[in-house]
Amino acid sequence: MTGIANIRELFTRNIRTSGIYIAFVAIVVLFSVLTDGLLLSSRNLTSLVLQFSYILILAIGMVIIIIGGHIDLSVGSVVALTGAVAAVLVIRNGMPWWVGVLAALGTGLLVGAWQGFWVAYVGIPAFIVTLAGMLLFRGLTLEVLNNVSLSPFPSEYTSIASGFLNGLLGGYGYDTFTLVIFAVGVLGFAYNSWRNRRARIAYNQTVEAPVLFVLKIVVVAAVVMWFAWNLATYRGLPAVLIILAVLVIAYTLITKHSVFGRHVYAIGGNLAAAQLSGVRVKRVNFWMFVNMGFLASIAGIVFSARSSAAQPAAGNMFELDAIAACFIGGAAVTGGIGTVTGAMVGGLIMAVISNGMSLMGVDQSTQQIVKGIVLLLAVAFDVWNKKRASAAR
Amino acid sequence: MADSAPTDILEMRGITKTFPGVKALQDVNLTVRRGEIHAICGENGAGKSTLMKVLSGVYPHGTYEGDIVLDGETAEFGTINDSEARGVVIIHQELALVPYLSIAENIFLGNERTRAGGAIDWNRTNAEAADLLARVGLSESPTTPISALGVGKQQLVEIAKAISKDVRLLILDEPTAALNDNDSEHLLGLLRQFKEQGITSIMISHKLAEIAEIADRTTIIRDGRSIETFDMATAGASSDAIQDRIIRGMVGRDLDNRYPDRVSHPGEEVLRIEDWTVYHPTQTGRVVVDKAHLNVRAGEVVGIAGLMGAGRTELAMSLFGRSYGRDITGQAYIHGEPVDVHNVPDAIRAGIAYVSEDRKQYGLNLIEDIRRNISAAGLGKLSKNGFVDENEELKVAEEYRASMNIRTPNVLVEVGKLSGGNQQKVVLSKWLYTAPEVLILDEPTRGIDVGAKYEIYTIINELVAAGKAVLVISSELPELLGICDRIYTLAFGRITGEVDVPSATQEGLMALMTQETTRETQETKA
Repeated sequence: MTGIANIRELFTRNIRTSGIYIAFVAIVVLFSVLTDGLLLSSRNLTSLVLQFSYILILAIGMVIIIIGGHIDLSVGSVVALTGAVAAVLVIRNGMPWWVGVLAALGTGLLVGAWQGFWVAYVGIPAFIVTLAGMLLFRGLTLEVLNNVSLSPFPSEYTSIASGFLNGLLGGYGYDTFTLVIFAVGVLGFAYNSWRNRRARIAYNQTVEAPVLFVLKIVVVAAVVMWFAWNLATYRGLPAVLIILAVLVIAYTLITKHSVFGRHVYAIGGNLAAAQLSGVRVKRVNFWMFVNMGFLASIAGIVFSARSSAAQPAAGNMFELDAIAACFIGGAAVTGGIGTVTGAMVGGLIMAVISNGMSLMGVDQSTQQIVKGIVLLLAVAFDVWNKKRASAAR
Repeated sequence: MADSAPTDILEMRGITKTFPGVKALQDVNLTVRRGEIHAICGENGAGKSTLMKVLSGVYPHGTYEGDIVLDGETAEFGTINDSEARGVVIIHQELALVPYLSIAENIFLGNERTRAGGAIDWNRTNAEAADLLARVGLSESPTTPISALGVGKQQLVEIAKAISKDVRLLILDEPTAALNDNDSEHLLGLLRQFKEQGITSIMISHKLAEIAEIADRTTIIRDGRSIETFDMATAGASSDAIQDRIIRGMVGRDLDNRYPDRVSHPGEEVLRIEDWTVYHPTQTGRVVVDKAHLNVRAGEVVGIAGLMGAGRTELAMSLFGRSYGRDITGQAYIHGEPVDVHNVPDAIRAGIAYVSEDRKQYGLNLIEDIRRNISAAGLGKLSKNGFVDENEELKVAEEYRASMNIRTPNVLVEVGKLSGGNQQKVVLSKWLYTAPEVLILDEPTRGIDVGAKYEIYTIINELVAAGKAVLVISSELPELLGICDRIYTLAFGRITGEVDVPSATQEGLMALMTQETTRETQETKA
């Protein structure tokens, strides 16, 4: 009885968030069938992570911007600019790799502060500010690079993106270290879920039936460990995955549990009410954009390290992929709703679709068409879901 | 039944409209005679507007139970267009005009006068609009943009729009709520004129004096049910007698116990302001609050009475961290100490809380749950190193749910799904958690039902019993007289009087609330 109610609740009450996971699983299954299992091969999984990591990093910052009720169209250009700054210092001027990294991060923070200033303190809509930024920073990139690509980066720099942690605990045909790291992660997840569940029970909140709870953890653990096994039997733990994992965990904590995160949701949900509740709206808006600049610079470093070059056209259209990831992941166009994990799953859906179609040999034009339709349907689902919710009132 | 068709233009039979969890209307019957002005009275939330939305097709046939019989035929309206095609036109409380379009364009919006081929025939549009404007007694050019008109004239444009559709049954939802006396008088005259022309009107209004003056019959709606319909001719001898008759029907019980009893023990002064002057945020040089001074003591409920536009909300919001206006001058004191409050966080720190008159717009994040709305202004208290203690947050929310009697299964329910009364309790909880010294409550019972009003009054009493100072702004004088110890009157931005409640009357307050107008007109004459 309770089990049935729980299953139904899992699907209906949180259809907005659970729908996305179901869609993700369906898409993975679909493409692994269509590619004869190639999608889930060790080699492809690793390259999937490397190839889409920068979009996922951008989506973390973007979802915060979108929850706050803004948009950022400039991140693609910022990725190019930060990579270019690093390249000029490291490749052209022969400075150490870490100077390039710091300079790129600093550039990102400055760019964020610049855009945050116009949005928060001058009051220009983010759409306009970042549209201007998209042109401005692309122009600066060309300026900095004198319109030519710079390459190659030294190996220390490229290993940020293409390096692997491997053999730290010895290898037996598979990398033990990778497995241990993932096992620790899974245990942490299980412990955290159990703690949350206990807290909810203590406050008389509804929880899933015990069977369902255990099942959920077992499924998650199995999927994650299977993924780890694939990495371990190929080249080990990609450095990018560590960066991404740290960012996802940190920003999940920030959005869910920090005062700053709460204020972002409050501003996106009802700006006037947030202001009258004592939220320093301008300050929060400003830091949202600084943070976006920071994450865009990390994406810029990862991207330039992966291609071992800074190109004038780098990061083109990245902003659209990042925005699409957020909306597919359940963020609301009007602000106030969205999660980091949702945006990650949204990004992975886009990643699996492109990667799967590439493996099938589908050409770029078709890929674009399919991605466009997926984005449209995801938001249509969101709108439909909202109507359904308000009709139920 | 069939032979009643000639005299009755409309019969609504057994209308029941359910929203999930709420029965908004239950077995409501309404019969309107041809050519009469029929008033519908009831408290906020009684179901009047819902009934009119059923009638006009906003809630389409099939979403409610019961029958609508128009001119003896059953009507099944799927949309507003269906009802308008049958001559039933509704004018909503919130006017639905496009500000940047002209009067003529607004009148024929969706019903454009066109030439063959679809191009708009501007000559015909403007000429016909001019005729309609003449009929409603509005002497404006049809090409004037709506944004250049005051609310009263906009209301007339709405009516002109309605008669352009060959209206036979005109529904007006609170048509005079935002109008001044002159405009209201004109509008009522217009309704009488329409009556002579054979147009039937249904009018929802809270202004009972108007109803007593103009209506032929009145139907009372209470708690989603139609209670009674009576002839105004037999309801009472005088306007006052008729109004009492209506109030008895609306409230359905004695008026004496609408306000809980309270023994007041005013203590030390908590808040005082002196020479408080506020200028309009965009219109340079316009004074909105002029050298206001007032004080509130611990354990005291002080009212601010003023007409719309007197500067009540503006005074309150300027006090609350300069959330309104510019060039604010004057001094505020808390416990006798001067305080400088430059923004909302300052105000919260100084112990001031402000509960807005518009809770959906300014008080709540409707897509967030109760728990997070309650904690929204008090996260500083709930957090350590920038992170929120969520267990504590949940505990706090649960405590307020219990103590404020917020009716909800748990505090994880979205606030947008609560009733007005429960939403107001959430806003109050949010501010109580900031542990304020003085609470400014702006129209705390607007749009909530009688039972919840009583609960809000009880909460106010508990607050002052705990030594808080409470400042209440209200448009309803009986409410202020029922819950306050003292009342300041505000007129055109100035404090025009301070009255102790035991010696106050509605008439006396109203005289003070309108005082400055007369003086100002005298000044301009002189």
